[in-house]
Amino acid sequence: MSNFYSDNADLKHHLNHPMMRRLVELHERNFTEAEKYDYAPLDFEDAMDSYEKVLEIAGEISGEIVAPNAESVDQEGPHVIDGHVKYASATEKNLDALVKAGLMGISLPRQYDGLNFSLVPYIMAADMVSRADASFVNIWGLQDCAETINEFASEEQKMRYLPRVCAGETMAMDLTEPDAGSDLQAVMLKATYCEEDGTWRLNGVKRFITNGDGHIALVLARSEEGSKDGRGLSMFIYDRNDGGVVVRRIENKMGIKGSPTCELVFKNAKAELCGERRLGLIKYVMALMNGARLGIAAQSVGISEAAYREALQYAKERFQFGKAIINFPAVSEIIATMKAKLDASRSLLYETTRYVDLYKTLEAIAKERSLEKEERMEMKQAQRKADALTPLVKGMSSEYCNQNAYDCVQVHGGSGFMKDYPCERIYRDARITSIYEGTTQLQVVAAIRHVGSGTYLNIIKEYEAIEVPAELAEMKEKLMAMTALYEKSVATVTADKDAQYIDFHARRLVEIAGHIIMGYLLLQDSMRNESFKRSTENYIRYGEAETNKNASFIENFKPESIENYLNN
Amino acid sequence: MALKIVVLAKQVPDTRNVGKDAMKEDGTVNRAALPAIFNPEDLNALEQALQLKEKNPGTTITLLTMGPPRAADIIREGLYRGADGGVLLTDRAFAGADTLATSYALSCAVKKIGDADIIISGRQAIDGDTAQVGPQVAEKLGISQVTYAEKIVSVENNEIVIVRRLEHGTETVKAKLPLLVTVNGSADECRPRNTKMVQRNKYAKTPSEKASLTDTSLYEKRSYLNLGEWSAADVDADLTQTGLAGSPTKVKQVENVVFQAKESKRLSTADEEIDELMKELIANHTIG
Repeated sequence: MSNFYSDNADLKHHLNHPMMRRLVELHERNFTEAEKYDYAPLDFEDAMDSYEKVLEIAGEISGEIVAPNAESVDQEGPHVIDGHVKYASATEKNLDALVKAGLMGISLPRQYDGLNFSLVPYIMAADMVSRADASFVNIWGLQDCAETINEFASEEQKMRYLPRVCAGETMAMDLTEPDAGSDLQAVMLKATYCEEDGTWRLNGVKRFITNGDGHIALVLARSEEGSKDGRGLSMFIYDRNDGGVVVRRIENKMGIKGSPTCELVFKNAKAELCGERRLGLIKYVMALMNGARLGIAAQSVGISEAAYREALQYAKERFQFGKAIINFPAVSEIIATMKAKLDASRSLLYETTRYVDLYKTLEAIAKERSLEKEERMEMKQAQRKADALTPLVKGMSSEYCNQNAYDCVQVHGGSGFMKDYPCERIYRDARITSIYEGTTQLQVVAAIRHVGSGTYLNIIKEYEAIEVPAELAEMKEKLMAMTALYEKSVATVTADKDAQYIDFHARRLVEIAGHIIMGYLLLQDSMRNESFKRSTENYIRYGEAETNKNASFIENFKPESIENYLNN
Repeated sequence: MALKIVVLAKQVPDTRNVGKDAMKEDGTVNRAALPAIFNPEDLNALEQALQLKEKNPGTTITLLTMGPPRAADIIREGLYRGADGGVLLTDRAFAGADTLATSYALSCAVKKIGDADIIISGRQAIDGDTAQVGPQVAEKLGISQVTYAEKIVSVENNEIVIVRRLEHGTETVKAKLPLLVTVNGSADECRPRNTKMVQRNKYAKTPSEKASLTDTSLYEKRSYLNLGEWSAADVDADLTQTGLAGSPTKVKQVENVVFQAKESKRLSTADEEIDELMKELIANHTIG
């Protein structure tokens, strides 16, 4: 009997963040929907109680159904039958349970049968489902794609597609092609307008498409003949019921084996335009990717949690030299550091989620009525923070998830290398998180802009302005010293405005910003809840050492030495 | 066809996960130490009812439970999964009931609900393990019963088709409505609570639960939040047949059995020894 919500008090802590009141009130438009929908909340307390009750359901299904199924899903995996995907049998059971529980369309508006929840409980459900089975969240969690339809499609399209997602149909986003991976501007899949029936037809190949045989897919395709770059790409909605797409094969992967990664062949497949032509990549995919990156951050945190728990349990049970191995400092340090990295990435995950939620909700309200001046300001600031924190949390939490998975195997010793414990699956599943939806290197490319623009420093200064109690003063001083080093390192790297030089050091600067931001977030967590003190101290100590290392590398680096790293 | 279904459910102490303090000194169950849960096979029963509802539009499911006021939790759990309403049968006069008195009280309530096409209950409850209440309710109502059901296959023209679980297989039987079905634990597991139904029904309360509220306007606006609560008088029960008075079962003695390995025997795989063991097990009624 395990419930992944109630067995993890940290989740409740993040759910009850003070900013939730604002988010819930905005989502509920002052609780006017209770008149119309019998499941809409009456007030803030009612909404929060519902969030918690729903998370208990998601936690129960994660703990009782999805987690026990993870091993058989990993072994059986999906198959292609007659051009379509057949999930592993236990994957079907997982999906059936989540659909029957009504855990689809969690953040979609009620008019389309959604629950109209804040993004925070949705991301929290993804966090728990990932802890249970990282591969499964790729199928269930693709309901994020519906957000893009909700944001950009016509009302008529929303009415047709969104209730289907809420009823349990799955989604896919068809972006990558054999020659267009990180560089999506090179997408070739051809979209042609068919004058006869007024529909678009898609032809070509997509590769590495997660859940590629989902019921409803968002497809990036070249609608402007002769165009070469991103401005010739549009976004389309493909409905599997219309046919025209065949799954040619599924990849045989290292990890997340339960998630079907498909190669798709489009043969004159009927599709409809979503939003405006030419905005496919530059507007819609960017929004889609930002949502997906937050999803991967949640997946990373969930895997980190699983890795931490497996390591902790094993270290308590394994006896060597007459005592449990957790009693050896070398092992207990590993485990304490895993927990610190887990807590740091989770705090950043929910901070980012709150700002994404805040600006997106205000954006949606702006379509209903004009915003007040303060609201416009609030939206702008939230969006700036969300844009800066999204690549940071995707990059940092996926790297920590990999480190935690590595350490989890390490704690298991020889047994960890065998297939006998869940840690080897966790290790394989973790590996993709720092690669897909943009590698860590690409997250750094996105994040370095916010180093240059000063957004990270502004966020840090905002946190710095919060007074802390005496027992946390020492930790805050460390963070202030780290901030001084950050500013110095940024000044050194950007002094000559040499783009290549900045690119070279970008990772180091972004990491320092990450350590400081996560350190401050944990400090704030400690102020609300004693139980975070240990991780706060351990993380800040760790971040301080990492910051010194990066700052010293920058300080001692001679610009001409860059040649040693280029032209390998 | 639209059906009127009554699901009988019981709130039981969770005897599957017992700790050290599960029993009191006197050998009775320490209910305070065990969480109260929805009897597992009653959840299987509810799932069968919900599947019938999906296949037969217009079907309604009423959950009936007998117990102390807190047993209203069971009704809410039912609503969270798709039941339409529920009744708590609660009265001091029902206290101390054995299976006979329980089935009498339940049958009175089923009569009061009226016109039930199908009454579905779990095979047995994990606290008493008698499997008597379902069949006794059917007897008292004078309707047919099908026990050990694993799947209700169909209901058409007042005729129901049910697969029963037997010791070495299954059998499929047909019966006329109305009838009572007891569902075996090997049937489909009950679906999880549904997010919308939880939000819709979480404030559902019985009259005694509402008694402490100062503002009851919500219950006037949303009538479905009012759960039924019936006393012995409400169901016209004959008080000589309810509670302790109506319970011929008397517990003579409670024995604490502690399994120990001290009397263990080691057998070889020789046929004679296994034969010997079988005879012994049959003789002391462990099997057969």
